[in-house]
Amino acid sequence: MIARVLIKPKDGILDPQGKAVERALPTLGVERVSDVRVGRMVELRYEDREELEGLCEKLLVNPLIEDYEIEELG
Amino acid sequence: MRFGVLRFPGSCDEVDALTACERVADARIIWHGDTDLAGVDAVVVPGGFSYGDYLRVGSIARFAPAMERVLEFAAAGGPVLGICNGFQVLCEAGLLPGALLPNVGLRFLCRQVGIEVADAETEWTRACDRGDVLSIPVKHTTGRWFAPPDLLDAVESNGQVVFRYAEGENPNGSLNDVAGVRNERGNVVGLMPHPEHAVDPLTGSADGLRLFESAVRSLAIA
Repeated sequence: MIARVLIKPKDGILDPQGKAVERALPTLGVERVSDVRVGRMVELRYEDREELEGLCEKLLVNPLIEDYEIEELG
Repeated sequence: MRFGVLRFPGSCDEVDALTACERVADARIIWHGDTDLAGVDAVVVPGGFSYGDYLRVGSIARFAPAMERVLEFAAAGGPVLGICNGFQVLCEAGLLPGALLPNVGLRFLCRQVGIEVADAETEWTRACDRGDVLSIPVKHTTGRWFAPPDLLDAVESNGQVVFRYAEGENPNGSLNDVAGVRNERGNVVGLMPHPEHAVDPLTGSADGLRLFESAVRSLAIA
């Protein structure tokens, strides 16, 4: 099975990367996009959902500063 | 007394750290794949870009065989110092509280800063006095120390902040001007500034030497 792990900075944590992207938007003429947060996506093949969740907690995500969700692609 | 300085693929400050240690004692490099620490008395986890900083700074180095030994060494009370990337590794390993985030200004910073010693009782600050301001360089992109509110309260009330940037010198947006912290026991310390780059007046300051002298003094007491 294939999954995507979507990782983003926790709400409330300043994300300077997201801010930098947001500040660039007006120069592109984009005015109706806001609250940009930049995270990471890890795509992987797995067999056991529980093992995958363990991997997220242990390595892929730092739960102090990041939230994540697992998107199963089947 | 002998220091061990870890070397990961991507480390770049291990030679300076080794040289700094050699000014006060013996020292040797420990390769990340080594499964023992060769009987060293203190461990330095140096700066650099371990494993290319892939995934998250410090996250992969934490699982190196030598780091497993460092975890045991720290649990047994051995002195461990993490500098810059080494600090990030020790936070990822759960040896130190908090996490390091990208600098508020998003820029790589390389400059001399003043850091105030907030705790002179640790294994790595014994040769300092509380309130001393050390002149030491920082060079990092991901140096903004962060802890969620509950953890921050605990760190402050336990007195686990070892170094704070001097007033007006916080370069990266670290919470409460934190430049370095310790574990509860005080044998593990980590900081973003680079004491190993400040060991000779020729390069502007020898203040960094005091951290290494502190470890020597701590081991002499023990």
